[in-house]
Amino acid sequence: MTFIYMSVMYEVLCVQIHFVLLISRQGKVRLTKWYSTYSQKERTKVIRELSGVILTRGPKLCNFVEWRGLKVVYKRYASLYFCMCIDPDGNELEILEIIHHYVEVLDRYFGSVCELDLIYNFHKAYYILDEILISGELQEPGKRTIVRAVAAQDSLVETVKEQTASISTIITQATK
Amino acid sequence: MGSQGGFYQSKEFLDLVKSIGEARSKAEEDRIVLGEIETLKRRISDPDIPKFKMKEYIIRLVYVEMLGHDASFGYIHAVKMTHDDSLLVKRTGYLAVTLFLNEDHDLIILIVNTIQKDLKSDNYLVVCAALNAVCRLINEETIPAVLPQVVELLAHPKEAVRKKAIMALHRFYQKSPSSVSHLVSNFRKRLCDNDPGVMGATLCPLFELITIDVSSYKDLVISFVSILKQVAERRLPKAYDYHQMPAPFIQIKLLKILALLGSGDKQASENMYTVVGDIFRKCDSSSNIGNAVLYECICCVSSIYPNPKLLESAADAISRFLKSDSHNLKYMGIDALGRLIKISPEIAEQHQLAVIDCLEDPDDTLKRKTFELLYKMTKSTNVEVIVDRMIDYMISINDNHYKTEIASRCVELAEQFAPSNQWFILTMNKVFEHAGDLVNIKVAHNLMRLIAEGFGEDDDTADSQLRSSAVDSYLHILGEPKLPSVFLQVICWVLGEYGTADGKYSASLVTGKLCDVAEAYSNDETVKAYAVTALMKIYAFEIAAGRKVDMLPECQSLMEEFLASHSTDLQQRAYELQAVIGLDAHAVESIMPSDASCEDIEVDKALSFLNGYIQDSIEKGAQPYIPESERSGMLNISKFRNQDHHEASSHGLRFEAYELPKQTVQSKIPPASLASTELVPVPEPVYVRESYPTTTVSSASSDAGSTELKLRLDGVQKKWGRQTHSPATSTSSSTSQKTVNGATQVDGSNTSNSRTRETYDSRKQQVEITPEKQKLAASLFGGSSKTEKKPATGHKISKSSSHMVEKSHVPKSSMEVASEKKVPFQQPPDLLDFGEPTVQSNAPSVDPFKELEDLLEPTTQVASAENHGSTAAATKSPDIMGLYKETPAGIHNKDDSDILSGLSNPPVTNMLGGTTKTQVAQSSKGRRPNLKDSLQKDTLVRQMGVTPSSLNPILFKDLLG
Repeated sequence: MTFIYMSVMYEVLCVQIHFVLLISRQGKVRLTKWYSTYSQKERTKVIRELSGVILTRGPKLCNFVEWRGLKVVYKRYASLYFCMCIDPDGNELEILEIIHHYVEVLDRYFGSVCELDLIYNFHKAYYILDEILISGELQEPGKRTIVRAVAAQDSLVETVKEQTASISTIITQATK
Repeated sequence: MGSQGGFYQSKEFLDLVKSIGEARSKAEEDRIVLGEIETLKRRISDPDIPKFKMKEYIIRLVYVEMLGHDASFGYIHAVKMTHDDSLLVKRTGYLAVTLFLNEDHDLIILIVNTIQKDLKSDNYLVVCAALNAVCRLINEETIPAVLPQVVELLAHPKEAVRKKAIMALHRFYQKSPSSVSHLVSNFRKRLCDNDPGVMGATLCPLFELITIDVSSYKDLVISFVSILKQVAERRLPKAYDYHQMPAPFIQIKLLKILALLGSGDKQASENMYTVVGDIFRKCDSSSNIGNAVLYECICCVSSIYPNPKLLESAADAISRFLKSDSHNLKYMGIDALGRLIKISPEIAEQHQLAVIDCLEDPDDTLKRKTFELLYKMTKSTNVEVIVDRMIDYMISINDNHYKTEIASRCVELAEQFAPSNQWFILTMNKVFEHAGDLVNIKVAHNLMRLIAEGFGEDDDTADSQLRSSAVDSYLHILGEPKLPSVFLQVICWVLGEYGTADGKYSASLVTGKLCDVAEAYSNDETVKAYAVTALMKIYAFEIAAGRKVDMLPECQSLMEEFLASHSTDLQQRAYELQAVIGLDAHAVESIMPSDASCEDIEVDKALSFLNGYIQDSIEKGAQPYIPESERSGMLNISKFRNQDHHEASSHGLRFEAYELPKQTVQSKIPPASLASTELVPVPEPVYVRESYPTTTVSSASSDAGSTELKLRLDGVQKKWGRQTHSPATSTSSSTSQKTVNGATQVDGSNTSNSRTRETYDSRKQQVEITPEKQKLAASLFGGSSKTEKKPATGHKISKSSSHMVEKSHVPKSSMEVASEKKVPFQQPPDLLDFGEPTVQSNAPSVDPFKELEDLLEPTTQVASAENHGSTAAATKSPDIMGLYKETPAGIHNKDDSDILSGLSNPPVTNMLGGTTKTQVAQSSKGRRPNLKDSLQKDTLVRQMGVTPSSLNPILFKDLLG
């Protein structure tokens, strides 16, 4: 039965990256992004299966795992595993660098990014990922461009915040 | 920039995240999340929550869904959020919907309008957000709604927008090529975009277009080559450099495209040689990204028209990969070798030892890749070694998916290159023994056919040797305790066909073994069926050879059991066996010719042998048969059937009223409605007068078949009664055909046979009723639903029983999968990230606030704080240095704390070694203030009441450290 369900699962659009997964060393999910269609049930299954495979692998082994006819490229940063699932004929080293690219952008954005940053600001991590990958393809290889794009959105957020802050100070002053 | 990572969320949210982090078991986590879902459900439906609150709720929903729970109750609110005017809120809304919804979700239709509006926005950030959503959410039906705007955006002044518009268009192309086929030229145009980012993005759709249709893009070869040349010569802005490589991702994409364009095209390939050669030379093989480009070069070289010089460079690169200590590079080397081997097979020999090393490696991934290479290298000279290795590995693993793959590879290689029959049979035995339940049933059928047909070119003696060695080994292997069903089927079939053929084994020995099989695997109906048919064949051959047949006592008792079996299939086979034994030698020989499984069976579809009989009947006044298509009454039925199908497929609401039931006739219930799932059929208007031609015709035509009609219903009808129970009649024409090619019996044909028979059957019953009970026509549906149900359920049962046979081994394997999966899953729940004990050891004793004060003072103190092992310093100090930690220590040794040294990826950092000086200097300058930042962050978390760091310093460890 499992095989039938798999074949259904993979008749998906041809995307370079099927999903991105961030899991902690204890198997906790920190971020998931699905570029191919998976149901909620399948997602849980995929995460459970992959964390079982990846977290138990030794440190000196390949950063690639063949998994149900696809390949998962993973890399560990501190206690966090970044995983990307690709088609079997993809260039694994390239994906490894895309992961690293992502981490470097995160690092630049958060400033010495650590796992906690991602735990509490996972939505930020999503925004950044959306600037790097779009529908499973690398859209922007320039680090600076990405940070600038996200910062532009954020600055908009900041100005809104400032406005509300200034309004509230005005109000408090007025009510004094 | 650190402050951007600050925490805007409320205490409540932070508490949630914290409590999830501290949950000690999955159950506890689930409980917390379910509580959160309840809270959110309550709050989110409140009509006047402020926007910023709503935004937070939506983010919490995303969090809940990320943890694997269902947050669908909030989707609509996320959709609403995209309608908001403020980008701040809108952006969250878009983020949430892209994460929540699939392209076929019902709510998409509510977003399309907003997207349309946003694509026209003046603010490019709004446009970008909308385009992100377009890429994820727009489906085939909604493409036309946004297509014009997206095309317009291709010329947007902002490059970020152009880039996303390209990707969106690419997405449309993937979903529905026809809807954007007229726009494909835009991709070519954008290739000349003056922003390298946009150009790079254009390569994605072009790559796909070229994959589909190479020939119409040959003209672009020159452009691609010149772009690649410019990239390699560092003409792009520095911003696109990545680890000192000029725009490597663009290079890789271009090399992929060139590989496609140059494949089998000498002229195009010649244009590429220089640039590819240049890249080979320029690539920095000490960095990971350099190797990624090198690998892509090798792929390109092996795909385009071969050039000896390039092949040489490729071979050099491969040998560097294989000699490397990094497993990743070895893996890539093996893969590249597999590609190059097709063109120059001799290069494999240089690397024999490296390949063997990889094969012995404890790393599973590497091992599998090596097997893949071996599979490509297999020749008749090395097949024995390779397949033996593969089988050994296959036996040792648990991963069913890979087991299946490797098993089918073994079979393929064995069939292709087998050096001897003996070896072939033994190999197949091993494969079936260990992976029998996993291999495709076709493989088994292939094997049977192969044994029956022999290897073709050889003479008959070789074939019979093959058979007798098969029989030998099977009789031997039957002693093993638990064999897979598929394998047993093969064994039974071969023993039946050839068990006694060479006279080495007596019939009683073989039949005895077959009876043992049927008894030992008594819950496997397919195997039993195969065994019975095999028994029948052996007895038939004995009778045909003129020997006296003595049924073994255990065989007799087995037959008695099967004659009363619940499985109609088994029952029928048993009756057939009984019938065959009673016949004389001549008849038996024509029913069961020896070794005739490969002969073609001629089926007289026109039933010409009945011509005489029909002639007689017509002369006696019977009406001639009118083909179904010509029967006037039937036209209606086929129409109804269409309608019926339509209903079943659409399942939508029916807005028009049902027609009033007119006077209808039972015979007219279309067979299709029997098969449909509705129990109460929709009234179909049928006119009485039309029933006449059918009744007469069908009574004439159904008479002939009436004895056969009830064939498959015996077991069933006992339960539902009413019809007289007829003992299984085994005389249908299809069965005699079956016995000859016994192997393929179980699939398909039976079910379809029985189904058609039943529909026939039910129609006939109703036909019989109509003439006498026309008065009851009004109450037809009451009556018909009863009569209808019976065949329908009977049909279901016969279907399921025959399906059971096929399914029987499937649940077993899936259960195995399930049980296997449980095991790894139980390990993690030591939940909250209790980090590395070494780091954590003395941490809690230090007051965090004190530390903070310490650390905010000049940096000398930082060092001292670090010395007594304070968490914050330890975790925050590492910096980006760790990444380049193998660099000359002089510059930054202060920051180089021990905790770092055990970090993830030595090979990569190694490679970066040469390049880091400048970056280090720059980063150590840039990072010092960050230390403060991160400490502030830490305090903030603590003030919020979240104190994960004391438990869990690793959370604070820089990812890049």
